[in-house]
Amino acid sequence: MNRTLSRKLLGSMCGISSPRLSFAQSAVNTVQRQKELIKSRELEKDELRPLYMDFQATTPMDPRVLDAMLPYQVNYYGNPHSRTHAYGWESESAMEKARKQVADLIGADPREIVFTSGATESNNMSIKGVARFYKAKKNHIITTQTEHKCVLDSCRILEAEGFDITYLPVRNNGLIDLKQLEETIRPDSSLVSIMTVNNEIGVKQPIKEIGQLCRSKNVFFHTDAAQAVGKIPINVSDWKVDLMSISGHKIYGPKGVGALYVRRRPRVRIEPLQNGGGQERGLRSGTVPTPLVVGLGAACEIAQQELEYDHKRVTVLANRLVQKMMSEIPDVVMNGDPDQRYPGCVNLSFAYVEGESLLMALKDVALSSGSACTSASLEPSYVLRAIGADEDLAHSSIRFGIGRFTTEEEVDYTVEKCIQQVKRLREMSPLWEMVQEGIDLKSIKWTQH
Amino acid sequence: MASCSRAQVISLYRMLMKESKKFSSYNYRTYALRRVKDGFRENLHVDNPKTLDMLINQARENLAVIKRQVSIGHLYSAQRTVVEKEPHL
Repeated sequence: MNRTLSRKLLGSMCGISSPRLSFAQSAVNTVQRQKELIKSRELEKDELRPLYMDFQATTPMDPRVLDAMLPYQVNYYGNPHSRTHAYGWESESAMEKARKQVADLIGADPREIVFTSGATESNNMSIKGVARFYKAKKNHIITTQTEHKCVLDSCRILEAEGFDITYLPVRNNGLIDLKQLEETIRPDSSLVSIMTVNNEIGVKQPIKEIGQLCRSKNVFFHTDAAQAVGKIPINVSDWKVDLMSISGHKIYGPKGVGALYVRRRPRVRIEPLQNGGGQERGLRSGTVPTPLVVGLGAACEIAQQELEYDHKRVTVLANRLVQKMMSEIPDVVMNGDPDQRYPGCVNLSFAYVEGESLLMALKDVALSSGSACTSASLEPSYVLRAIGADEDLAHSSIRFGIGRFTTEEEVDYTVEKCIQQVKRLREMSPLWEMVQEGIDLKSIKWTQH
Repeated sequence: MASCSRAQVISLYRMLMKESKKFSSYNYRTYALRRVKDGFRENLHVDNPKTLDMLINQARENLAVIKRQVSIGHLYSAQRTVVEKEPHL
């Protein structure tokens, strides 16, 4: 798709005007040829594996989770909805045990948990479900510009159905303005959807205050907590959250499973997306995949036990990474609020270096610039644009993910390689040369050609 | 209970460390070693016999998990990562 056309579409969807062509654009265009070089190529047989520093994209399964799942893949393979034999009964009891484990992690009742195929399905279910159910009286939905693609896309579809959607802007630090949210809520607002921890910049929204506000105005509050569950303490009653999306593969569980928390008191009604035999309280029909939900349950239980230990460790490692990086090289910007954040997601912009070339140079480390679902397009991340990052800084951002299994050695190696490559790429950059000579880049008049 | 003796706890610790070293995956290996060490250190001063029993049983279960997962890791092993110095024995 043509760049300007895609930008205009993105702009109209997000309520921001298409950005002017800045000087970095010409630099980016020349590097576009190099972009084709990041061909997907599997590792050779004896090539060393890169370090995994992309924990926001997905996480490895904890060995304890795999251990819990295997019996249900091998011997206990019954359908949990079979009521007439032991295979069904043992499978059902495992499913209910997993439901309790998930509920305990977020402070909910097991009857409020619905198993889905992942956070994307949970998000779709909650947004479309609530909107369509209350369509007769309420027509307005509020969300933010930094939400995950599935939330934004669901809202786009609802707009086509005739709903009115407001995409709240965020401040420069990535947090929403509570005052603005309060003013945006109307008597005909049915749902507010704001993610707990952002997957690209790691910013943590003030969920407790938002929940309070929504409860006082009688609006349902949905939060996509895929990146927050098991990493920060969550209590849906404290936070006054009505719907919450959970993803299995972000908390060291299996891929292909997730959950949706649907509050029972006061009751939240949803129009189901997937119809059929009435499983999961009629909200999500289909055989519940016992091995996967057992894995999700085990992952939640482990996350609850290890929460404090992991959080402490991740904070230490993240600080180590950021301190070292910022002290050795100048002109490094951290995107997102420095305090209201989850430490394990560090998004840094290296000025005068192109993000994709840095990623190519750091081929020994598995990193990403922005989220996996937007990495196919050439556009810089819409999240960075929403927080008002300069066009050129948005192009040179890298996201470092730190998780349960990251070691000091991996962090040190990553930092060292990164510093080395940034210095090398800057040596080659004519922009950097000009900056060193004291020229103010913003004052240059670039000629069109 | 007999398992409350100091020698038993130490032998359990040694077995956990010995098995954890056998993980072929760098990340799992380092995590298991670190977590076992930190876990035992954290509970160094626990006195209550009920809690001790529970912790010891937990440790025994974890030992079984580690043994099984180590075998699976060997069955489906992959290449070394960049930070690993010499081939894992």
